[in-house]
Amino acid sequence: MTAVPDSLGLVGFDEVLERYDPAFGLEVHVELNTNTKMFCGCPATFGGEPNSQVCPTCLGLPGSMPVVNAKAVESAIRIGLALNGSIAEWCRFARKNYFYPDMPKNFQTSQYDEPIVYDGYLDVEVEGEIFRVDIERAHMEEDTGKTTHIGGATGRIHGADYSLVDYNRAGIPLIEIVTRPILGTGAKAPLVAKAYVAALREILLGLGVSDVRMDQGSMRCDVNLSLSPKGSGTLGTRTETKNVNSLRSVERAVRFEMSRHAGILDAGEAIFQETRHFHEDTGTTSAGRAKSDADDYRYFPEPDLVPVAPSREWVEELRASLPERTADKRARLQVEWGYSELEMRDVWAAGALSLIEATVAEGTSPQAARKWWMAELSRSANDRGVELAEVGVTPAQVAEVQKLVDGGSLTDKLARQVFEGLLAGEGTVAEIIDARGLAVVSDDGALGSAVDEAIAAQPAVAEKIRGGNQAAAGALIGAVMKATGGKADAKRVRELILEKLA
Amino acid sequence: MSELILKTAAELADSLAAGETTSVELTQVHLDRIAAVDGDVHAFLHIDAEGALSQAAASDARRANGDALHALDGVPIAVKDVLTTIGLPTTCGSKMLEGWVPPYDATVVKKIKDAGLPILGKTNMDEFAMGSSTEHSAYGPTKNPWKLDRIPGGSGGGSAAAVAAFEAPLALGTDTGGSIRQPGAVTGTVGVKPTYGSVSRYGLVALANSLDQVGPVTRTVLDSALLHELIGGHDPLDSTSTTTPVTGLVDAARAGATGDLKGVKVGVIKELAGEGWAPDVMRKFNESVDILTKLGADVVEVSTPSFQHAMAAYYLILPAECSSNLAKFDAMRYGLRVTPDGDPSAEDVMKASRDAGFGDEVKRRIILGTYALSSGYYDAYYGQAQKIRTLIIEDFKKAFEQVDVLVSPTSPSTAFPLGAKLDDPLAMYMQDLATIPANLAGTPGISIPAGVSDVDGLPVGVQLLAPVLEDARLYRVGAALEGAIGPVLSIDKLEVAR
Repeated sequence: MTAVPDSLGLVGFDEVLERYDPAFGLEVHVELNTNTKMFCGCPATFGGEPNSQVCPTCLGLPGSMPVVNAKAVESAIRIGLALNGSIAEWCRFARKNYFYPDMPKNFQTSQYDEPIVYDGYLDVEVEGEIFRVDIERAHMEEDTGKTTHIGGATGRIHGADYSLVDYNRAGIPLIEIVTRPILGTGAKAPLVAKAYVAALREILLGLGVSDVRMDQGSMRCDVNLSLSPKGSGTLGTRTETKNVNSLRSVERAVRFEMSRHAGILDAGEAIFQETRHFHEDTGTTSAGRAKSDADDYRYFPEPDLVPVAPSREWVEELRASLPERTADKRARLQVEWGYSELEMRDVWAAGALSLIEATVAEGTSPQAARKWWMAELSRSANDRGVELAEVGVTPAQVAEVQKLVDGGSLTDKLARQVFEGLLAGEGTVAEIIDARGLAVVSDDGALGSAVDEAIAAQPAVAEKIRGGNQAAAGALIGAVMKATGGKADAKRVRELILEKLA
Repeated sequence: MSELILKTAAELADSLAAGETTSVELTQVHLDRIAAVDGDVHAFLHIDAEGALSQAAASDARRANGDALHALDGVPIAVKDVLTTIGLPTTCGSKMLEGWVPPYDATVVKKIKDAGLPILGKTNMDEFAMGSSTEHSAYGPTKNPWKLDRIPGGSGGGSAAAVAAFEAPLALGTDTGGSIRQPGAVTGTVGVKPTYGSVSRYGLVALANSLDQVGPVTRTVLDSALLHELIGGHDPLDSTSTTTPVTGLVDAARAGATGDLKGVKVGVIKELAGEGWAPDVMRKFNESVDILTKLGADVVEVSTPSFQHAMAAYYLILPAECSSNLAKFDAMRYGLRVTPDGDPSAEDVMKASRDAGFGDEVKRRIILGTYALSSGYYDAYYGQAQKIRTLIIEDFKKAFEQVDVLVSPTSPSTAFPLGAKLDDPLAMYMQDLATIPANLAGTPGISIPAGVSDVDGLPVGVQLLAPVLEDARLYRVGAALEGAIGPVLSIDKLEVAR
């Protein structure tokens, strides 16, 4: 193979767009949250002791045979319907043949030219503009085992001293959702890519078919990108960046590859079709395996399985039971919650819709829920480069804190400190309040002297209140709050001031 | 030698029911027979005397309580080494799996255990069931009990030889292109390939998943029917398993034994005769056809023109499937592991292990199959082969519009000498000319002894074929023919000692 120029300098993003049109496509793997694996009865749960959730079938022992998980087929159909796709009347599984130590059979049971879902789409919004992402197909397959390479510098197989394989993951049902090349997004390409994955995740959460935890690998993205000369209307040679595992990384991977491709093309060199690794720390990619015609998976229909032929009645039943469409839901919630268009757009873009919905369901007001998720928690998520859903605070905890605020035992200021503690992993809400001493002081003895001091320090204000100007109490309340380090129950302080100055 | 070993499984079942013998006695006399002759025959790869006797004792205890599980409870059986057995090695005749002991039973093994049949041991076979002579076993060939310098057929030569040599009254075989029927023909035994999907394949180490089928190997048609009914039926662990109950086979065999075939239409397959078919085999075959006529059957000639392409299609589909099936043997989780010198990678270990673990015939088919599935060749090879398969299914359909069963010789020749075709794969493949179409179409077939050759005195087999799920027809016609032909196999005709 010819030497591949990995990078010939990066071209600034705006400059890329002067000369090139980007096209990108996304392949998203979603682990389904079925009770059992795709082709056997082993538990499909995450986190078991290595190699404790295995049987002859998912270990690929000689003589074992697969049986299709009906629940996984149902999930695939529901996903297809939610993505506006057609459901195949008849489709088969196929063997994708290649050797790798974490592949028990050295073929992956997947679908090839007969996917269960085809021709769908998803409309995504970026800065108020709608982009339609065409979905070519969604197909069912099984996950491989998980290999951990021990020793060596890179954590990859080359240079490792030895490798450990956990087959618990082997056979977990996967749905792979593949878009067509997405054209015409120009400068918004990175954002559209991110918005698509976010929208897809939201739909999958709504369907309840997957945990969609990008940090745990239950949702994994491969980003294909190519550039073509501006206005040419052609498709350039693409690279496939594997395992881009956060929304932010999807955006960064598209952005980086655009800059890298442009550097190579500007130098008159050709892009080689290859897979690339994404590096979360630097936001860059590096060369992986060359992908060429040499990759021959020798697909053929899996002879141990019969075709999947979902009846139209069943498909229509599943269609009728689909949850509300995301766009409809968004519009409905905006009205119910009384958010402005702009507020709702921000909530959506932050991936906070489901989180706020869950928080509201726990009894929190929509305004309070939005306040916490969009301010404290979004900021922390951004700072740490993680998704809001993975920030470490749950809707139930937000609701618990707000309930304490509503009940007067926490102030907003104290609540912020509780969130700090939650984000730092200091324990439960109660533990943090206890450990940090954040309970509001409402004991009249302790407050009484602080109130007396405030009155003594500001006689003019006290006089105004005595004269019937109750609004002036705010200045004294502020002084008491300051004196008590914000822990005073403001409502009780006000009552005490008014009593004393009656 | 105990005279008990000469009895059929049905007779042994009757003796057990009448209290004339015990399972322990039956099991012991067969173990004695194995000890006496298997050094010459080499039908077994593993003998489980202890396990078989303990299962036999349990069977006797049940029977004493009036709790027999099945008519065959207590009748010992041999199992082809391609079926997984808890606690017993399962090598598939390959070095690759030497010493591997499966943690689970094949469904058919579970069924025979649940019915109380003691398992005598595991029988020899061509490596991963690839061959027609058992010479491709990594553990040495099985000999034909009729004449020890002859092949016993393959791949299931071990099961057929064990039954022919009276080492076991019953055996399980598997048939992908004739591996039950052709050994049956050359050893003078009865072998049945059931309708595809009517017997579970779970725990059968796949050769070619779309062709493989487990079936009985016995000395009489009735014994096959008894065993076939026992192992048949739906299995939720095998997605290709049919839901139609497997019943009526024993009744059909008993009905056929009356010798009346009036109203039965039999079609002689025009394409399975002529050039390539040994004259002595054809003479025996024609005698069988005459007998069918005498029994009242209406015999006509039918044409199945696509059968001439069956061999070509088979040797694309089979290697394609097996090249993928055998990929799992990578030395990572079980089986042979060869670690090359130096600092080998996982890939180096896989290569070295596969090179050392697989024999030449296996490698030949892996290469063929890998090529046939390759990008750019798929349509021309695998795709075309599937089209031929469809044509063959249509040929069967048309033929069965005219007749109830089809008939042909099972194998083009009697047992050939060991080594005679080892260097000529194509000549070896031709052994399965008549048996392959049934595997491609999923239809059932039986081979029963037609008599012995007037040239070499070795047995000749006649094959009956029926439509999918009409296995009962094989038993009715087969039992009638068997009765009219009379016993072919007898211990005195064998070269192995009495």
